[in-house]
Amino acid sequence: MSKTFTLDGKTIPFKDGQTIIQAALDAGYYIPHLCHHPEFKPHGSCKLCTVVVSGHQTASCTLQPAEGMVVESETEQLNAERRALTQMLFVEGNHFCPSCEKSGDCQLQATAYHLGMMTTHYDHFFPNRPLDASHDDYLLDLNRCILCSLCVRASRDVDGKNVFALAGRGAQTHLIVNARSGRLADTDFSATDKAAHVCPVGVILPKKRGFAVPIGERTFDKQPIDAYVDSRLARKES
Amino acid sequence: MGSPDTACASYLDPILERYGYRSVNLLQILREAQESFGYIHPDAVDYLMLKLDIPRTKIEGVASFYSFLHLEPRGKYRVLFSDNITDRMLGSQALMERMCRNLWAEAGKITEDGLLSVDTTSCTGMCDQGPALLLNNIALTRLTEQRVDDICSLIRQQVPLHAWPTEFFQVTDNIHRKDLLLSEGFVPGAALEAALHRGAAGMLAELEASGLRGRGGAGFTTAVKWKSCRNAPGEQHYVVCNADEGEPGTFKDRVLLNSYADKVFEGMTLCGYVIGAKQGILYLRGEYRYLLDKLNAVLTRRRAQNLLGKNILGQPWFDFDITIHLGAGAYICGEESALLESLEGKRGTPRNRPPFPVTHGYLNQPTVVNNVETFAATCHIATAGGACYADIGTAKSTGTKIMSVSGDCARPGIYEYPFGVSVRQVLEDCGATHTQAVQVSGPSGVTVAAHEFDRQIGFEDLPTAGAFMVFDRNRDLFEVARNFVHFFAHESCGFCTPCRVGTSLLRNLMDKLHNGHGSPYDIKEIENLNQLLLSMSHCGLGHTACNPVLNTIVKFRPAYEARMLHQEFTPAFDLDWSLQAARQMTGRDDNLAHLSNTEPLP
Ligand SMILES: Cc1cc2nc3c(=O)[nH]c(=O)nc-3n(C[C@H](O)[C@H](O)[C@H](O)COP(=O)(O)O)c2cc1C
Ligand code: SF4
Ligand code: SF4
Ligand code: FES
Repeated sequence: MSKTFTLDGKTIPFKDGQTIIQAALDAGYYIPHLCHHPEFKPHGSCKLCTVVVSGHQTASCTLQPAEGMVVESETEQLNAERRALTQMLFVEGNHFCPSCEKSGDCQLQATAYHLGMMTTHYDHFFPNRPLDASHDDYLLDLNRCILCSLCVRASRDVDGKNVFALAGRGAQTHLIVNARSGRLADTDFSATDKAAHVCPVGVILPKKRGFAVPIGERTFDKQPIDAYVDSRLARKES
Repeated sequence: MGSPDTACASYLDPILERYGYRSVNLLQILREAQESFGYIHPDAVDYLMLKLDIPRTKIEGVASFYSFLHLEPRGKYRVLFSDNITDRMLGSQALMERMCRNLWAEAGKITEDGLLSVDTTSCTGMCDQGPALLLNNIALTRLTEQRVDDICSLIRQQVPLHAWPTEFFQVTDNIHRKDLLLSEGFVPGAALEAALHRGAAGMLAELEASGLRGRGGAGFTTAVKWKSCRNAPGEQHYVVCNADEGEPGTFKDRVLLNSYADKVFEGMTLCGYVIGAKQGILYLRGEYRYLLDKLNAVLTRRRAQNLLGKNILGQPWFDFDITIHLGAGAYICGEESALLESLEGKRGTPRNRPPFPVTHGYLNQPTVVNNVETFAATCHIATAGGACYADIGTAKSTGTKIMSVSGDCARPGIYEYPFGVSVRQVLEDCGATHTQAVQVSGPSGVTVAAHEFDRQIGFEDLPTAGAFMVFDRNRDLFEVARNFVHFFAHESCGFCTPCRVGTSLLRNLMDKLHNGHGSPYDIKEIENLNQLLLSMSHCGLGHTACNPVLNTIVKFRPAYEARMLHQEFTPAFDLDWSLQAARQMTGRDDNLAHLSNTEPLP
């Protein structure tokens, strides 16, 4: 007999060692998330996946369920707070969706749609962030980085390379690459790296291939993000 | 000059040697590399990558997290003015301007000749003897215009620091009220002897009977922590003393370490005995760098006294030693799991919990993390017994509490009371008059208004890590809250979205009110942000970041109303104000160079 917990009243089976979000996604239930990825170690920084467990709010990507645990996710309050977090991520960087190659394939954008975000609400920070076009095959547009560390984990844990890392503190936190020059071209990054294919937004982009799929026919144009459940499916489409 | 390798090797090799070429000591290695060279040169990074076998991203990621580490050249003299509200109240801002004027420096920048950089830093823990600054990470206190001028000429003449007048660096204890902990006559080893006599289980039972709760703020029962750690399986157990003391307005751990270090180290050793640890680590905040040599000397003496090291007090099975790890300017490293990350040579990001440090702490091994004062208190419990200790204070807050009193009062300094003392009593004792408010336990604590002065210090009513900042009738509580909000925005570790972005948004809102663009809308926004930070943040910093504003909005409404110049929402953006830079560049300030906000735009 497998153990179960309930998510918004639905019974979800889980295996030992799974987190709440893993079990929920496996069972076909979507909980909004950005820094979680089923193939990588939990990180727990974006806080989009926050749920309520016995009155306390906690990230569902880092907490392991217990037998009979009661978890709430689709509440008005939680979705309002998730919307606010999404707005924060938008104003913190520079996101010009209409001109972004990732538009329609972007999890941040799709999550914003899902949560009914109509404006960015907060004043924009308009940070000065660089664009690194040094590499032959890939471009880094750091304007869009949401600091989810997926590329960091992919490069370290899968590629065994440590091409990316977070640096700085607080509002100055930013992505760096593993080269004295600070340029992607001077790292051992390659287009076949796992890290080249995990960015949920439009930072790590392939060059020489622009708008191959027209806007309107992209991943989240076809179905909203909650229909995919597992973020890997989004990538299989493209 | 040889290759970069050989040039760096001369100063890096001895450091690497001392730290056993272990990347877990990266923070200490970087700190010492900087002490030798002034900053962490890219060549040094290359060399460390090679010798420690770690990627550059790791070194740069760590170095850039800590305020006191620099990957780029800084001035030969690096001046950081303590920017706590108490320093400001003593005139720190004018003194910093004076220094900049004297030496043609610009705040936040390094002078063209590379001689000097001047900037601000979070509270340096010298609130009772401010305004204070750090010069190349060494504390200078009691600044006056005269002293600033003297400092400027010493810098101009490039006099090396060791040749400066010693009184500039004098830090005094300023103890005004002593009770149990600050009493004299502690004989090093007495508590250990008593504990050995009782046995580890007996010692734990006394600790339980004492009701001792942690003094670092959260007030967790110490016996429970020690017991869980003792029972947790692991290859090694560790004792960690939290001397990060970053909460603005707190400086009691500094005094305990300066004059009562034996009690602190002995408390750590007691803990080692009870939980079966062989190693203890003191995490000393970077601001207290000046205490390092003195503390190391105490450790050396205790080793000679057979109170540390092998076979302590002649017991063949009792080995325990203590090392000191210095922080490098990051308030978040006071949070216990961030502290452990920092001890392991990483960025000070709070861990996901559970698991907790008692089972998975330093190097993933069972670890007790306690505050300096908590460890000191255990010595008295060992010698006099738990029941005796429990007689002091109140039912849920046994024992005494050391308070760091600063701000508007005649006698700022250290006061130790049994728990249960009223705010009014402390105010009377420190000679405070016309008091408007007291900030208890620092920015993350509570703002207590005059009608609440009969409230009591203790876990039942006003829990505190020790800070007690006094504000008299002339102070503007809005500006106090704004200073605190800037502190949180500066110290957020940046790991989680709500705090990383939210503390900056909060700071911007408070600045907006300050700049005269406030309306009731903004107050509502602040309340919403607070809700979000409380429910969504990853750690205590985010949870408490809105406290100062929420407290003062309720209790000092007029200070906010004076700022709400508008009834309707007004943008923070001011067209005329943003032309300031253009006016400065063109040297114009005539009427035509100004936009009147009342005129509609074409
Ligand atoms: C942001 C933050 C900063 C903290 N700073 C300190 C500190 O400087 N010193 C300290 O002893 N505890 C600090 N704490 C509390 C520690 O996490 C921890 O609870 C404490 O060290 C445990 O020791 P105790 O039980 O003896 O109080 C801080 C907590 C947070 C959330
Ligand atoms: S570049 Fe992309 S994957 Fe990497 S941290 Fe930024 S948003 Fe995340
Ligand atoms: S709440 Fe703030 S300090 Fe704590 S983890 Fe999040 S960003 Fe870091
Ligand atoms: S998905 Fe859980 S915190 Fe980001």
